[in-house]
Amino acid sequence: MAITQPLQLFSLVSVAFFSLHASAGESALKLKDDAASAAVVAQCSICHSLDYIQMNSRFLKREGWEAEVRKMAKVMGAPIAESDIPALVDYLTRQYGVQ
Amino acid sequence: MLTNRRSVLQGAVSGLLLTGTGLGATRARADLPQGTLDSAVLEALPGKRPLLKRSYRPPNYETPLTGFASPITPNDQFFVRWHLSNIPEIDADAWALNVGGEGVEHAMTLKLEQLKREFEAVEIVAVCQCAGNRRGYSDPHVPGVQWGSGAIGNARWKGVRLRDILARAGIRSDTVEVAFHGDDRAALDATPPFVKSLPSWKALEDTTLVAYEMNGAPLPHWNGFPARIVVPGWVATYWMKQVNSIEALGSPLKSFWMNTAYRIPKGKFPVNDWFPSQANDTTTPITEMLVNSMITSHAQSQRVKAAVPVHLRGVAWDGGHGIRGLDISLDAGHTWSSAIMGDDLGRFSFRPWEFRFVPMKKGAVPVMARATNAQSAIQSDSLVFNPAGYHNNVIQKIELVVV
Repeated sequence: MAITQPLQLFSLVSVAFFSLHASAGESALKLKDDAASAAVVAQCSICHSLDYIQMNSRFLKREGWEAEVRKMAKVMGAPIAESDIPALVDYLTRQYGVQ
Repeated sequence: MLTNRRSVLQGAVSGLLLTGTGLGATRARADLPQGTLDSAVLEALPGKRPLLKRSYRPPNYETPLTGFASPITPNDQFFVRWHLSNIPEIDADAWALNVGGEGVEHAMTLKLEQLKREFEAVEIVAVCQCAGNRRGYSDPHVPGVQWGSGAIGNARWKGVRLRDILARAGIRSDTVEVAFHGDDRAALDATPPFVKSLPSWKALEDTTLVAYEMNGAPLPHWNGFPARIVVPGWVATYWMKQVNSIEALGSPLKSFWMNTAYRIPKGKFPVNDWFPSQANDTTTPITEMLVNSMITSHAQSQRVKAAVPVHLRGVAWDGGHGIRGLDISLDAGHTWSSAIMGDDLGRFSFRPWEFRFVPMKKGAVPVMARATNAQSAIQSDSLVFNPAGYHNNVIQKIELVVV
């Protein structure tokens, strides 16, 4: 699945979530900005607020973040394509992990 | 409530200040992760006083130290923990509890008024503790909600015995497990629903309830209104909120939340209450709470005056055997003195304790609290690491600064 599909899904879902669920506090959450952050925000915030990422930092190595992303895809049903996983894991390791 | 939910930010107070960590030269235990400290704020969900926000969606909020001033935790300060982010507002008049499954002779549906009118009401004071309470202090850290010490509360629950409901439905003797479903939903249909089960022996114990009141009031929305399962002695993962269905099963429940999550390695922790139908060669479901305690009157690095009595207070609890005593050490664990135990509200309740001493010398005083239960089990000297960060009952140590 290309990254555009989750983005489309996100836009549909976001209407429901950000009008019904997002608190002022959640709306103010911001991940560290770099070239990959928009994709991470699009994927991860479908199901949960971005403070899950902030809260779990910094202690996970790359393998730890990869396990989390794969858990979200395989167990939690997140629409993350296999081909998109490396970029997500790269970002999480770079900005919220340890080497 | 969902459409007009107004979360009141109580100011972006730094988690560092809130939790008081990072102040002492020597640390009692691993701190919460820095990202946890940085992302924590005090925020009030509708109907709640400000709690420590760990995550907004799903909402996970823990009780700050001020919420433990009394051994009964107020409803509006009781911690909030959800796995899935859609938590519907339930209309009590429209709500119904379905009781069925292959293990009952006659499936039935019960309205809230029927629960209250047609079954004997019982009350029990019991600790509700998230399995992951204190996960944030794991060393090394493990992923998950990075709870401090406040994913716990103690309340007087009122409801009906689950076994009375199951008896009316004609539960079969070969029932293996009893499963619970709630009204919460994930953002995506593909996400596994949060479904839990108990072994039938535990479901049929006379202390396991379907509760509709908490501390004399209806359950708060965030704590499972209009009804939740209450399993005194066992960790909160089994205490299904917004319960809408109870199923008697002839075979073990297949659910991510049973088969993969909420499990402990076999052999690392004492277990009295086994869950054989869900155990495998290496892991078993987490069941009863371990003996534990908390200093509630003083925070890490709090200042006290020399030559003025310090009145320490706190609570102790375990998995239902009851607390025998609590000891305090002021010399890094070399010697221990008994605290005075407060009212016994039942074997599943927080047991309050207090201890007075007069610090004479200025500087840091290490204060340690260690509970012992009626089975002579005591808190652990050191962390028993496990991948999900469960069962942290390490003896708490705070430093008071005598000035």
